[in-house]
Amino acid sequence: MRDLSLHLLDLAQNSVKANATLVTIRLTLAEDGWLTFTLEDDGSGMSEELLRQVRDPFTTTRTTRRVGLGIPMMEETARRTGGEMHIESTLGQGTTLTARLNTRHLDCLPLGDVAGTLLTLFIGCPDKPDFLFEGVTPKGECSFDTRMVRQVLGDIPLNEPAVVAWMQEALQEEINPIFGGVMI
Amino acid sequence: MKSLAELEAIRAKTLENISLRKEGNNTARIVVGMATCGIAAGARPVMLAFIEEVNKRKLEGVTVSQTGCVGMCRYEPMVDVILPGQEKVTYIKLKPDMVARIVAEHIVNGKVVEEYTIGAAQD
Repeated sequence: MRDLSLHLLDLAQNSVKANATLVTIRLTLAEDGWLTFTLEDDGSGMSEELLRQVRDPFTTTRTTRRVGLGIPMMEETARRTGGEMHIESTLGQGTTLTARLNTRHLDCLPLGDVAGTLLTLFIGCPDKPDFLFEGVTPKGECSFDTRMVRQVLGDIPLNEPAVVAWMQEALQEEINPIFGGVMI
Repeated sequence: MKSLAELEAIRAKTLENISLRKEGNNTARIVVGMATCGIAAGARPVMLAFIEEVNKRKLEGVTVSQTGCVGMCRYEPMVDVILPGQEKVTYIKLKPDMVARIVAEHIVNGKVVEEYTIGAAQD
């Protein structure tokens, strides 16, 4: 992965596949340069056995091939900066993944385009689940909740072109002043 | 935050368009592969380029969505374009600068960009 946002985009797909109804994404950058990334869902969760194996690249739920690299790559990206990754999961209740990274470490990946990443995530899942994003940095706070958008839209899916254009502007206005708008 | 009133106006207009579209069943679909393999190969900028191009041309009835891994990871980023009443066309190894041509030639004018398709790679 070339930036941290891509990990976010990738790992959120696991929550989508786990039939979550709400996926909460938190990015918190502390004054000391440590970034905490939390991905919390109310999906199907994992059995203890799967939870034990899930960091292994040769574990996957997909049927199209035998490797699953999303979680091991996230762990490697965090470890390279002296950080770590944790996963907690309860079968039937959901999963929480937390990664901590030292953004001042030479080997830390750039954060990348957070607004663009969230947009691709929301559009890719136009009917469900809902997403709540919360970001905190020394520059301030930002948040975006697709439940609020859906409340106005009713049955209209999030990937309607006019809705996409609205969300793109809304996300950029909300997130870029806090996380910058760096494109890869 | 952009105003929700604006979103309400979009909703009203979209509802009209959707009922028109249902009668004609003429929704074109752009489906981007968004598994780990697709994302690592560059699916995000490709998807954003499609969104940009669809918005720029104000295309009605064209939706962008995603799919998982179809097992041909070496061809990622892959995108399926499905026009109403036609067979799915699979484009492979896309880069954002290839997107404008697919939208203009295929989605708008109905002419498949053969050289970017999976068929061209396997010949």
